[in-house]
Amino acid sequence: MSPWNDPRVRSFVFQGFLILVIGFLIYEAVDNASDNLRRQRIATGLGFWDSPAGFPISQSMIFYSETSSSYGDAFLVGLLNTLLVAAIGIVLATVLGFTVGIARLSKNILVAGIARWYIEIIRNLPLLLQLLFWYNAVLKALPGVRESAALPFSSFLNNRGLFMPKPLPGAGFDYVLIAFFVAVAAAIGFRIWARRRQERTGLQAPVGSVTLALLILPASLVYVALGGPLTFDVPTAGRFNITGGMVLQPEFLALLFGLVIYTAAFIAEVVRAGILAVSRGQTEAAFALGLRPNLTTKLVIVPQAMRVIIPPLTSQYLNLTKNSSLAVFVGYPDLANVFTGTVLNQTGQAIEVVGITMLVYLTISLGTSALMNWYNSRKALVER
Amino acid sequence: MTVTEPPGVAPGNRGNADFVRSAMAPAAKPPSSEVGAIAWLRHNLFTGPLNTLLTIGLVLLGYWTIPPLVDYLFIDAVWTGSDREACIYTAERTKVGACWAFVVDRAAFFTYGFYPLAERWRIDVFFVLLVIGIVWLLHLRAPRKDLAAIYGFVFLPVASFLLLSGTPSLGLPTVPTNLWGGMMVSVVVSAVGIVVSLPLGILLALGRRSNMPAAKLFCVIFIEFVRGVPLITVLFMASVMLPLFVPDYMQPDKLLRALVGIALFASAYMAEVVRAGLQALPKGQYEGAMSLGLGWGQMMRLIILPQALKITIPNIVNTYIGLFKDTTLVVIVGIFDFLKAIEASRIDPTWAAPTVSTTGYIYASIFYFFCCYAMSAYARSVERRLAVADKR
Repeated sequence: MSPWNDPRVRSFVFQGFLILVIGFLIYEAVDNASDNLRRQRIATGLGFWDSPAGFPISQSMIFYSETSSSYGDAFLVGLLNTLLVAAIGIVLATVLGFTVGIARLSKNILVAGIARWYIEIIRNLPLLLQLLFWYNAVLKALPGVRESAALPFSSFLNNRGLFMPKPLPGAGFDYVLIAFFVAVAAAIGFRIWARRRQERTGLQAPVGSVTLALLILPASLVYVALGGPLTFDVPTAGRFNITGGMVLQPEFLALLFGLVIYTAAFIAEVVRAGILAVSRGQTEAAFALGLRPNLTTKLVIVPQAMRVIIPPLTSQYLNLTKNSSLAVFVGYPDLANVFTGTVLNQTGQAIEVVGITMLVYLTISLGTSALMNWYNSRKALVER
Repeated sequence: MTVTEPPGVAPGNRGNADFVRSAMAPAAKPPSSEVGAIAWLRHNLFTGPLNTLLTIGLVLLGYWTIPPLVDYLFIDAVWTGSDREACIYTAERTKVGACWAFVVDRAAFFTYGFYPLAERWRIDVFFVLLVIGIVWLLHLRAPRKDLAAIYGFVFLPVASFLLLSGTPSLGLPTVPTNLWGGMMVSVVVSAVGIVVSLPLGILLALGRRSNMPAAKLFCVIFIEFVRGVPLITVLFMASVMLPLFVPDYMQPDKLLRALVGIALFASAYMAEVVRAGLQALPKGQYEGAMSLGLGWGQMMRLIILPQALKITIPNIVNTYIGLFKDTTLVVIVGIFDFLKAIEASRIDPTWAAPTVSTTGYIYASIFYFFCCYAMSAYARSVERRLAVADKR
């Protein structure tokens, strides 16, 4: 028997060959890169990080100035903008997605039909097309400042964005926030206590109403006691511009609309599949035990559906975060736009800039999947 | 209908079971509220107070939105014209709907981009070859699937390349890729992604499940890396980093760079889809194949992959839909695809009119929706067929 028939020998030879090929490719790439970089006089390393950026960014959550801020600051601004649009987008897409997913299963054929066609149409159109539509055909086509549409709560909508009252926390508003967070902690504690007591004694506590009361009462009591330490800076329409208040720029709104509407269609399908995955026997068994329909939903269907829903739901959240890089096309200054756009153009250091951007998204993705694996191993059905 | 007598009991002689009827009572009609149109309405539209409210609300919503939409798309739409004059507001035309004249006027540009006029027949031939390949490969009862695979995965790519980029030796002048554009580029990019990602994805999936640590590690790193970053950054990498990694004398063409990016990206997603299919196969299939004395290659080719790919067809098609939609992003690296052609025409002063943008986007939507919906309808029909096969 020739040694070639020994699987260990074959595996050894094959892997050696593979390592050689990959090693050769990496060596060639590095060699060529250093050659090309030297010839094109492109600097290497992260030296650019602290040098002045010198370009403006239209929306920033931290202090950023065109003249004094560095590329590192620009990176941080971009990263925060990405996280902002992703966080708001995830919350809104979850709400819309669950609504549509449940509507899809409605007995009312009009509701189910509209939900179905919403999903079909949105899922079958490229996100970029939807973003361009929202930005160019809807938000940029709104009337100008002088013909602003007036909305409730003294807000205005025009082609420069959505102008809204800006909350100005006065002295003592911190105490309202502290009261609220303490109440949230107390509500969580009460839930845990109530569950333990029910497991021990079978007695149920009014968890829902107590939680609601804790969420509303303490904060509003402190707010009233301190004499309402919150005022609003209301935008006022002038002749040529709107002054005061805060503005959500059309770039941000277009990206948010596009991401939310697109991702919600996928979340709706995830939710529908999750609910349908709970077999009919579970409902019947719950009824046979004498549970009422709403208790059946809460205690039997939702917990089992969530086990099916949550893993694909997280991957939709990740998709939304990654898709927020399409901000480049509508000019919202997110990480990809600021960094692989302007910074790359100014420094020319493609390897470092693209590498750092990829590393950020990779960290978010791998971190979330690690969390997901941990969650799955906790929640997975224990089988034989 | 009569009740059959239990055996051994003579008719008319029921002993002490005289209370048992010998004839079925006539069936009562269902209540009038449970049959016909009224019942249908009650069960589907007015089940409870909430549903009634929803139904009324949605009917009102339809009443407010559908007539204006029909007006916009058809009644007030402009169908003929050669420039913006056709679609702007004038004294006698105070309502302007969709500007279809714009789409008609620019249709050739949307389809062929800047491809030279005299050579556009080559793109038409390419489209016909492609449609033949798609129908042959996908139609479930088409004959000679082996030939179809050779046609689709070998002949078609070679022929398309020779046809589209030109072969002077065959009398087809070269057309550089910077003249390619429009729908044709979108189709080429998707087709390359589709043709490359399946075999590469299968290889990566097999590598990830193999016992060889080096191969496994490489595949895991590649798949997780590509799936963890947005496509835009992969395209950036292909467009600005790839040229740095190759020697100066073999700088890749711009379209080729984008194709490399798209193909690698799609392969990583395809690998995970195929891996799910491989994992879904019972272990007995592997053990059965090995006990028959099949080698690894034979086992994969004859036993495992045919079954694993069969159950993954719907997911493979879904990945293709995602890939097709994602091809719109190649515009970021300077490729003039279908959506870019519409964007460029939309802001062209010749056609500067208020409804031109929306009309352009509607046209793009129709194209993408038609393609994606056809693919997902195919995936669903395959799924249904497989479900029938599994029911036995």
